[in-house]
Amino acid sequence: MSDFETETGSELSTATPGAFFANGTPPSQEVTKVRSATADAWHELRRNGVFWVGLVIALVALVMAVWPSLFTPADPNFCLGSRQMQGPSGAAIFGYDFQGCDVWAHAVYGTRNSLLIGTGAALLSGVLAMLVGMVAGFFGGWVDAIISRIIEVALAVPLILAAIVLMKNLPNNDQNLRLFALIGILGVFGWTTAARVVRSSVISAKQQDYVSAARMLGAGNGRIMWRHIMPNVLAPFLVIITIALGSFIAAEATLSFLGVGLQSPSISWGLDISSARVHMREDATPLIVPSVFLALTVLAFIMLGDAIREAFDPKMR
Amino acid sequence: MAESETILQVENLVKHFPIRQGILFKKKVGEVKAVDGVSFELKRGETLGIVGESGCGKSTLAKLLMRLETPTAGRARLNGRDIYRMGGSELRRLRRNVQMVMQDPYTSLNPRMTVGDIIGEPYEIHPEAAPRGDRQRRVQELLDLVGLNPEHINRYPHQFSGGQRQRIGIARALALRPEVIVCDEPVSALDVSIQAQVINLLEKLQDEFGLSYIFIAHDLSVVRHISDRVGVMYLGKIVEIGTEDEIYARPTHPYTQALLSAVPVPDPEARAHREVIRLEGDVPSPANPPSGCRFRTRCWKAQEKCAKEEPLLVLRPAADPHPSACHFAEQRHVVA
Amino acid sequence: MNEHLLEVDNLFIEFHTRDGVSKVINGVSYHLNAGETLAVLGESGSGKSVTAQAIMGILDMPPGKITRGRILYRGRDLLTMSKEERRKVRGEEIAMVFQDALSSLNPVFTVGNQISETLRKRKGMSKADAMKRAVELMDQVKIPGAKERVKDYPHQFSGGMRQRVMIAMSLAMDPKVLIADEPTTALDVTVQAQIMDLLAELRRDLNMAMILITHDLGVVADVADRIAVMYAGRIVEHADVHALYKNPAHPYTKGLLESIPRLDAKGTELATIKGLPPNLLRPPTGCAFHPRCKYAQDICVTTTPPLLDLGGGRTSACHFAKELLDGRI
Repeated sequence: MSDFETETGSELSTATPGAFFANGTPPSQEVTKVRSATADAWHELRRNGVFWVGLVIALVALVMAVWPSLFTPADPNFCLGSRQMQGPSGAAIFGYDFQGCDVWAHAVYGTRNSLLIGTGAALLSGVLAMLVGMVAGFFGGWVDAIISRIIEVALAVPLILAAIVLMKNLPNNDQNLRLFALIGILGVFGWTTAARVVRSSVISAKQQDYVSAARMLGAGNGRIMWRHIMPNVLAPFLVIITIALGSFIAAEATLSFLGVGLQSPSISWGLDISSARVHMREDATPLIVPSVFLALTVLAFIMLGDAIREAFDPKMR
Repeated sequence: MAESETILQVENLVKHFPIRQGILFKKKVGEVKAVDGVSFELKRGETLGIVGESGCGKSTLAKLLMRLETPTAGRARLNGRDIYRMGGSELRRLRRNVQMVMQDPYTSLNPRMTVGDIIGEPYEIHPEAAPRGDRQRRVQELLDLVGLNPEHINRYPHQFSGGQRQRIGIARALALRPEVIVCDEPVSALDVSIQAQVINLLEKLQDEFGLSYIFIAHDLSVVRHISDRVGVMYLGKIVEIGTEDEIYARPTHPYTQALLSAVPVPDPEARAHREVIRLEGDVPSPANPPSGCRFRTRCWKAQEKCAKEEPLLVLRPAADPHPSACHFAEQRHVVA
Repeated sequence: MNEHLLEVDNLFIEFHTRDGVSKVINGVSYHLNAGETLAVLGESGSGKSVTAQAIMGILDMPPGKITRGRILYRGRDLLTMSKEERRKVRGEEIAMVFQDALSSLNPVFTVGNQISETLRKRKGMSKADAMKRAVELMDQVKIPGAKERVKDYPHQFSGGMRQRVMIAMSLAMDPKVLIADEPTTALDVTVQAQIMDLLAELRRDLNMAMILITHDLGVVADVADRIAVMYAGRIVEHADVHALYKNPAHPYTKGLLESIPRLDAKGTELATIKGLPPNLLRPPTGCAFHPRCKYAQDICVTTTPPLLDLGGGRTSACHFAKELLDGRI
């Protein structure tokens, strides 16, 4: 009971003294400044340290993915056996790995594939989740029953296992194909959670009185979905997709580590970690650097998602 | 307006909601008889009040009249045409002709739309109702009409108080110039001092536009104030219907009498000499209503006949010549 | 008798919100004598519930803050007591019934369990004894078949029965004061009447004093002895219930009484109070009611009216209370 009076909190905070009079006299006083839900969320976000940390890391990763050469002058594919396992030097701040490649440069250039696959899979699963969740939640009935069963079946399939099975059969030499296949598989098997979130938000939005009001005015399904339901779904959808982006990046690394994701000469943190693991005893730096990159990036997106969720849901505070 | 024409005629309207159980194949295990054979007429320019307690089916009745639900059986004719058989352009015309004011001013307005967009939405849905260039002016006129500042067109609902929001809802309902407005508990969410403002507004608008109202509420005093005729509902049925004076001053159904007796009157002097009828227990579940007369389980007059034979809503000349669904209808003066 | 059973003395409460300080209670005083019913009447935001929460010690602090005043129970100030003593008073002397019985009951325990829990914890009763007492209490609030129903869960009760369970719970410790906060607002008319009858009967039988918090002028007229009308965190009028309904001494009370439709007569147009309740973040100067008052003069804008004693225990916070009473304005 944080409101002054249970039945009235909003009345109190939004009342506009003298804003109207029974006889229609124009108002003399300004309306109290009250923020909208979005502005409110932004106000919360701005004061949230977690949000800023996540945002900065995510932005750095993004710049790194687009312009890796800004962060290192070295060519990640220029590997010399003679530099095998050399320690840090002026040329390579974290030294060289077993193949004689620049550890830092490799990690920097790995960002592109990670973000590409993460974003691609997030977009794909997001579109799927939005469509399926919207249809299931909005139309309900047997449509919802069928879709919900499909979602349950899809949820029962472990993402990683499905990816291993499907990726095994792809040719090892076509790296573009493997990249798109990864996006496709992660996207197609990773949409279910988001679809459930969308579905339940649609269902709760659909029951709002203002949706009934629109229906009584004769509004069609398209208008109701777009104008009245979509805005309610957007916030939780963004949250879940942001967090999913982080987990897709981790999944890509896992698959590449297991040897079924990207293959050399593609650069991927998972591949780097996998090859460095063998020589961990001699020098752990080639293992630690890509691991830190991976951990920070995944964490950044999860932090962003969490911060947005908190901002939109005051009950979490 | 003794001989004015009938605008809405509701005949034997029924809505049963199935109760389903089971995980994969949902089996119907029963039904909630929310509305179970309701008939009435609404005349042009008239206000028909519908009173009843929670679970009596008055909100379902509102949804049926708005075609938000399809009835299990029965008809509702607007200007002679059954609204449940309408489709296409005729249905669109119906939407323009019958509108609703909802109970909760907080949830009935989309918080993400400006007041101008909310009141203007009817014109977007029915572009033929107002030419595009004319819409803003019309929205501002409507704001002015319901006592809000026309300059507030770009504000959001949360910048208004409950009473003001209810005015916005009324403006939206008026936008398409309907003939009938269904008001579902339009003032029950408002503070006492604001209720009177909204009631007066509804009455003013009725006079100005010749509107017909179906006024659904649980507050018997408010209903008496605004209604010309009143129907009392109990477990999906109308048990008594008549003019405001017939229902309040000369009620003949025991439920109406009990209901009126239960209303606290804001007059401490009345405490001593008011007749008190206290009903026992709660309203039975509409999924399993009593046989015969549905009120008999709480009625002090109940006899064997009441369990066997359902009393029809007919004129009971012995009591007072207005329809009452009681075998033993008899006039009783309850309200001072 | 000089000492009242319960006395709220010049209480001030603020709420610190993001948008500023909201002065929710501004110098509220009222008292309650043994065995009587005081109605606190007000609309949403008037502070009627906040005062009760402060008495019960269940006010959320922060954001709430009691800045001044005393709350005396049998002459002892609840606000300066130790937590332990306060808890004792709260459970055993003063009990409260809320509007929303469903959310006040724990859905995963039987009602018998919830009623008897207090008895076991506070009175050290055995499980069997406490359960037996729970049945007695449920009998007392007229729940049919109490013996069987103690084993039921809250959702198995109807709204009216749940409110009876809440009342039974509040009676468990034989309180001397019962605070009922909109106890019937969520209920149907016929059930509402049953509950009000029950409360009146219990108050008489157990010789409790009752504070009835409500917005319903009808309910007040039915049961209250005295009435305190609140507006914008102040008591604007305080009087014997008969005197107040017959001849209100504050324009707000007068406006309220005139604006409600009557069951016993078909009125014409309703009188209204113009405008809206004030925003307590920026309350009006002078009398908080002046922007809505049809009698307002210059003095109302500049000076906060003191509580005028009109004799016979009657007070009004209006500069023109006497004129209003005499019908001169």
